[in-house]
Formats: sequence, structure tokens, C-alpha cells
Amino acid sequence: MQEENAKIEFKCMNFWYNDKQILTDINIKIYPKRVTALIGPSGCGKTTMLRCINRMNDLIPISRISGKILYNNEDIYDKSVDVIDLRKKIGMVFQKPNPFPMSIFDNVAYGLRIQNRRDKNKVKQIVKESLEKADLWDEVKDRLNLSAFRLSGGQQQRLCIARALAIDPDIILLDEPCSALDPLATAKIELLLRKLKNERTIIIVTHNMHQAKRISDYTCYLLNGKVIEYSGTAEMFDNPKNKLTKEYINGEFG
Amino acid sequence: MVTENIRQNTYFILFRIAAFLSVVILLFVLLYVIKEGIGVININFLTSMWSHRDITQGGIFPAIIGTILLAIGVSIISIPLGICTAIYLNEYAKENMFTRTIKLAIRNLAGVPSIVYGIFGMAFFVLFLNLGGSLIAASLTLGCMTLPWIITASEEALKSVPYSFREGSYALGATKWETVRKNVLPHSFSGMITGSILGVSRAMGETAPIIMVGATFFMGYLPTSPFDKFMALPYHLFILATQHSSPSAGEYAMGTALVLIALIFILNLGIFILRYNLRKRKEW
Repeated sequence: MQEENAKIEFKCMNFWYNDKQILTDINIKIYPKRVTALIGPSGCGKTTMLRCINRMNDLIPISRISGKILYNNEDIYDKSVDVIDLRKKIGMVFQKPNPFPMSIFDNVAYGLRIQNRRDKNKVKQIVKESLEKADLWDEVKDRLNLSAFRLSGGQQQRLCIARALAIDPDIILLDEPCSALDPLATAKIELLLRKLKNERTIIIVTHNMHQAKRISDYTCYLLNGKVIEYSGTAEMFDNPKNKLTKEYINGEFG
Repeated sequence: MVTENIRQNTYFILFRIAAFLSVVILLFVLLYVIKEGIGVININFLTSMWSHRDITQGGIFPAIIGTILLAIGVSIISIPLGICTAIYLNEYAKENMFTRTIKLAIRNLAGVPSIVYGIFGMAFFVLFLNLGGSLIAASLTLGCMTLPWIITASEEALKSVPYSFREGSYALGATKWETVRKNVLPHSFSGMITGSILGVSRAMGETAPIIMVGATFFMGYLPTSPFDKFMALPYHLFILATQHSSPSAGEYAMGTALVLIALIFILNLGIFILRYNLRKRKEW
């Protein structure tokens, strides 16, 4: 953990749904242009933690947060922060592929259109580039007007990644993006993520330790809403410092 | 295994009989009205003014026009208001005691008997607002009555749009309005319109409330302004069936009923076509 500049920094962050505390005293730094994996058993709060970063939890009225989350050293929960702008910089891919019921092209162009990018050629170009980055272009280039629902699950998930990439986010959050996919589709997405980290910060929630091991640079192990261990991935898997981490990665529970 | 099969078949037959019975009853009603009423239907009946002296000489044109105007009035008043209310309640309003109470009240209002809306319309629109018995007073009264139906149907249509569409849109930095406009309304529009028009077509058949707020049995002219009284098919057929002395009144009542059914059928066919065209684009 020698890196100095954090892209995202959690500072004494706590989170509640109603009176139930989901996250307790989170203090970690997430580094730019790295893949950071959040692992832990179901219900440990990893998805909640992810959704705090682009303030998707704001949509849940019974939620409450304390502490700070710094993005480029600015608190994203500060009153001056426009959550709409924030989400344009921090893209998200969901657990279940959720393409919109429109054509492949319109899906990818959605984010651009809500930003009122009217230049048709520019939009076309960005759609093409985004699909290329998501390794989907070759498969769909002849049928961009086809409904996104006609694609396979893996293709749909890559479409969702392309959709997120189209607005050129700084950070991409992925919430168990492969949990609904078969091993081949998963391998494609993992390959894609490794490529993407050259340009962007990636934070991925996964319940699959092997996946975390394969693709991440840093791994954070959460249990019951607390960070048990956070370190370089190789370090954590080779030599876990905490007994609980060791038990989890050895598959003794979870 | 054998008993399971028997049970399986018993229930299957039971449901089949129920479905069959429902269809037969409804078809019987329809065929009966057609059989009794078809005799009086002709161009004269459909297109000429009502003749009070000799009902066989006149037609129900003013009643048809009255009912159509009423349907248009009700649509203008209640569809936009109802749809916007549903959007507010479903997409914007925070989920708390207050909104839950409002929603419950709306559901309850949908079950209030139409005659209650009639007396309210008479007291409020006709007398208090001094609109008199008129097309506008009747449209407002029936508008109030259809509003809860339209709100409920529109809310259901909005609820049928998966939450993941909204979530995906927010995650791309869309505002609430952008999300609603681009990712919720297009997918719920057909449901909202269907529910709304169904509500209006039910209002078209209402008799009790309109008697109290402006429908009249005999008018020598067509309404020329919203403040005129009007004739309407359901009221017309009620009078013919119960209070008219002419020996052919019964037959004419059936003919009027047939025209009313036909009008509503045409309206529903319109929604069906509209919905079919919108559904073709729907993918999930």
C-alpha cells in the first residue's frame, strides 16, 4: 500500500438502513487506475458500500450515512456536490444485466442524449468506440438497431459496460457483474476489465474469490459491515494477516 | 398417481366450465340486445333529431352526439389530470403515511357509487359554481368519477416498468425527470392510455349521475356550447324503457342500447389497435 494519491477515500464512514447498521467505521483508500475488489459473504455490506460511492443509496429514503467519502479529496456527500454530475463521473454496472428496452445503439447513446449531445456523428463515433472498448462491436456492428433484449446475457452485460463507458466515467463500479453469467461470458468480462484499468479506476464487488484474485490489484474483505482486511490482492491471498480472512479465503465459511 | 390425475382433471374441468359459463352469459346479453334492437336501427334512427310525438319518425342523433361530447369532455378533464397525478404519486412522492393515505383514499373513491358523484356534481358544479345543468357540469362530475380509476390504472402501468430501468438511468447521471420521460413513460404509456379510455367508456354508460347534472330527455337542438343541456344515450334508453307511453318504446330502448354498446365497442377497438401498435415495440 505504498501509493499516495487516493481516488476514493472512505473516512469513518457508517451506514444505516432504518436502525440497522450496515457499514461500520469504514476507512480505506482506493487507488486510481487499479482494480479494487470488495469481497465477503452475502449480506456483509459490500454492495451497499459500492452504492455509497455513486450515491445510489440516496434513492432509498430510509438510509442514513455518517462520515465522509472523498472523491479526488472532495466529500461527495457535501451539500455543494451535484449528485447528477457525480454519477456522470462514476459509472455503474449492475448485478443483473439491465439494458433498457431500446435498440443496442440507443442503449449506448442514452447517457450522451441526456447530456444533450446533439452532434449525430459524434454520438455515432462514441457509441462505436464504447462498444469496441466493451468488446461487443464485432458482434453487434451489423445490428445496432436490434433490441438489446435479443442479446445473450453476457452480451447484455457487456452492453451495460459499453453504456457506462460512453459517458467517459472516471470510475466504474461493478456490482457482481458476472453472477448471472456463464464461465465463458465471465472470462470475457474479466479480460475486458483488465484492459479497462489502464484508463480508469475500477471497483468490483464479487462473491467469487477466484475472480477477485484473477483481476484485482487490491482486495478488501468485509464481514458484518466491517473491513477485516484490506491489502494488495497477492498479499492478501498469499499471506492473510487476519484469521477471519484466512478462514474465508480458504473456503472454511461463506 | 391415479387420484392425482383425477384431481388434476377435476379442477381443469371446473375452471373450464366457469370460463365457458361466463362467456355464454355475456354473449347471451349481447345477442339478446342485438336481436331485440336491430329492428329499429336504420339511417333515420341514427341521424335524425328526436321526434317526441311519434318516436318511430325520429332518431337518436342528439343523444349520440351528447354522449360523444360527454366522453370528449370527460377525457379532456380527467385523462391528463389523472395521468399526471399517477406520475407524481408513483415516481415523485415520498413513501410515507401521508402518501399512503392519499393512495388508499383514491382506491376507495374508485368504489364510490356513481350516484354519489351525481349528487356532489349537482350541489357543487350545478348549484355552487352555478354552471347549471350542462354539458360542462356533467363532464366535470363524470371526470371526478373517472379520475380515481384513471389514477389507479396509470399507477399500475407505471409500476409494471421494472425498477432496474430507472436505476440504470440514474446511474448514468439522468435526473428524475429525464428518467421518467425517457425510460418510464414510453414503456407505460400504452397501459395508461388503455386504463384511461376504459374509464371513459365506463363513464359513457353512466345514467344516474348525469340525470342530476344536465342530461335531458328531449331537446329540439344539438348543444352548441358547454353550458347547454344535452341528451345522452343511457338516459334516453332509461326513459324509453320505463316511462314512455309509446307502444314501440321498448324496441327503441333496445335499439338505443345497441347503439351505446356499439359506440363503446368502437372506442375499445380503438384502444386495442393503439395498444397493439405500441406493444409491438415492447420487449420485456
